[in-house]
Amino acid sequence: MDYVLLIEQFLNGFQLGIILFLMAAGLTLVFGIMDLVNLAHGSMFMIGAFVGGTIAVVTGSFVIGVILMIPAMLIIGIVVEMTTLRTLYPRDHLDHVLATFGLILFFNEATRLIWGPEGLIVPLPAFLDGSVALGAITYPVYRIVIIVVGLLVALGLYILVSRTRIGMLIRAGASNRAMAGALGVNIPLLFSIVFGIGAVLAGLAGLIITPITAAQIGMGEDVLILAFVVIVIGGIGSIRGAFIASIVTGVIDTMGRSFLDVFLLLFLPENAAESAGPALSSMMIYILMAAILFFRPQGLFPPKGAG
Amino acid sequence: MLKKLLGTAAIATLLASPAAADIKIGFVTTLTTPVAVIGKDMRDAVELAMEHIGGKMAGEDVEIVYADDEFNSQKGKQATERLVLRDDVDIVAGYIWSNVLLASAPVVLNADKILISANAGPSPLAGAQCNKNFFNIAWQNDQTPMALGELLNQQGVKSLYLVAPNYAAGQNMVAGVERTFKGKVVGKDMTVWPSQRDWSAELSKVKAAKPDGVFTFYPGPAGPAFIKQYQQAGLEGEVPLYSVYTLDSISLPLFQKAGMETVLGTKMTQFWAPDLDNAANKKFVGDFRKKYGRYPSFYAAQSYDAIMFIKSGVEAVSGDIGNIDGMRAALKKADFDSVRGDFTMGNNHFPIQNFYERTVVKDADGNWTTAVGRAVLTNHQDPYASQCKM
Repeated sequence: MDYVLLIEQFLNGFQLGIILFLMAAGLTLVFGIMDLVNLAHGSMFMIGAFVGGTIAVVTGSFVIGVILMIPAMLIIGIVVEMTTLRTLYPRDHLDHVLATFGLILFFNEATRLIWGPEGLIVPLPAFLDGSVALGAITYPVYRIVIIVVGLLVALGLYILVSRTRIGMLIRAGASNRAMAGALGVNIPLLFSIVFGIGAVLAGLAGLIITPITAAQIGMGEDVLILAFVVIVIGGIGSIRGAFIASIVTGVIDTMGRSFLDVFLLLFLPENAAESAGPALSSMMIYILMAAILFFRPQGLFPPKGAG
Repeated sequence: MLKKLLGTAAIATLLASPAAADIKIGFVTTLTTPVAVIGKDMRDAVELAMEHIGGKMAGEDVEIVYADDEFNSQKGKQATERLVLRDDVDIVAGYIWSNVLLASAPVVLNADKILISANAGPSPLAGAQCNKNFFNIAWQNDQTPMALGELLNQQGVKSLYLVAPNYAAGQNMVAGVERTFKGKVVGKDMTVWPSQRDWSAELSKVKAAKPDGVFTFYPGPAGPAFIKQYQQAGLEGEVPLYSVYTLDSISLPLFQKAGMETVLGTKMTQFWAPDLDNAANKKFVGDFRKKYGRYPSFYAAQSYDAIMFIKSGVEAVSGDIGNIDGMRAALKKADFDSVRGDFTMGNNHFPIQNFYERTVVKDADGNWTTAVGRAVLTNHQDPYASQCKM
């Protein structure tokens, strides 16, 4: 009985980790390869949810929403990169922060104008709604789908970065931008593609979570903070680090939320444990990040040749 | 002679021209952020109330100055300071969020102005920190969940699991249910507010605890998200969900659009309902639907009432807004036709009123709304009133 709850909470944490990974993968690529601090990554999360969600509601098919969201986000990402971010590369990080923060405000307001302040509820197709029995555990089908999709994306990214020509160019651009450019690599095009991929991944994360949480203006900001924690833990620029750090962060966060108050009850009065539980559990991942920064400032898996 | 006359006329025009309203009412609500949808409903109701009274109270022109709290207690306090110090409003009303009200109240009360909450009813302001200039025209936070606890007893619920956000109102809601619920509380989770939007961990614990019922409180857009996840976790149909301030006229159309039929039949408690049978409510709900094409939420009902409540006070002093003692005495009587029907003001300036059972249903045109049932608590006063020395 207790181990059932434990496994279920582990799955919950794993699923949160998958969402974080989809966010962090794009963020770490953009930060690690393009050396750009992109706060507007959370806006891509939100735009993906609203655009894909609207397509899903209009066509009546969530799957079509997901499929059409991919080219839409690729285009939006590339347009944002070409119109706004391209001018920022030679500038320092503070300028990146200011400009991309401006983008957040722009996208939030634009979303309010287009979709209104009340957000968007996206229903799931019947075959994904409900739950399925796995041994002693009953688990929502859709959350299993999220886990599977996330693992497939992780595998795809791994193959893309380590086994394909474009992946080789990305790695080359990351380790020495000037040299790669001198050897004839079209760096601006490469950056546009990287940013586009990042936008698609963030959009996918936003859309895939929408049937669970509903699409809201500003929904990306909370996830963005966690994603930054993840890439700091995992090592900036490392997809592998982002994956492992995401899962660790997701599981720790969920386990903390579910068991910390019970644990605190052992040596605190009920009222104190009830209010300290949520507060402490939301701090745990930051404590983890602080510890990692202290012992391994470059993160768990810094990419080779970076630095 | 003519020159003098023209001069006087010019001065008179000057005095009258810059929209010199005689009575200025500041109205603080949330107009930005995702929860702005609540603020919009409240503003729409205030506008309707202004239309109904012709923009006048006791023959004096009334101006409403809206201010945005940005869903943040510090920003709300700053907005209140601007209303009181810069705009020099006569009365401040509004406030959705208990934490925003608690931060902002001292600003208004220290300036010796009247403050009227149109939603938030945190326990401190009802109890030890009650104030002669503070009135609540909605309810004290504990009351609605207390009614719900009573409803649970009547429905034969023996074990209950509580999930609510960890902030002032969330704690009051949980305390309220626990005050009247006679069964056993088998679990309680207070979640991070407002950022937590995924309740997988809490819902897994609910499933493991196998209670007879679940109580929840998630105002604004978090409510639909919680209920959707409740359904996806396979709890809907297994464990009945009871809520306060979670399903309202703002979220029900969203559920309807998404075709989530399982929400129909869900029970809640409230001091008011769109189909409550009295003349003031019929006029309010009818005109609101005509003007905006949707049902008003309870936030709207309270905001409408707040304007009518202020009007009753202003009329009692014949528009002499400087007569604050007279205003207070009049407001204590709550002598106006409220959309909730008759009620009285308690010693702590919180309403003593009925709380009704409400069930989610389809109306005659197929719109999802609630049907009011019988009164679960009648002439109910909040439990903090005895701590108030007024």
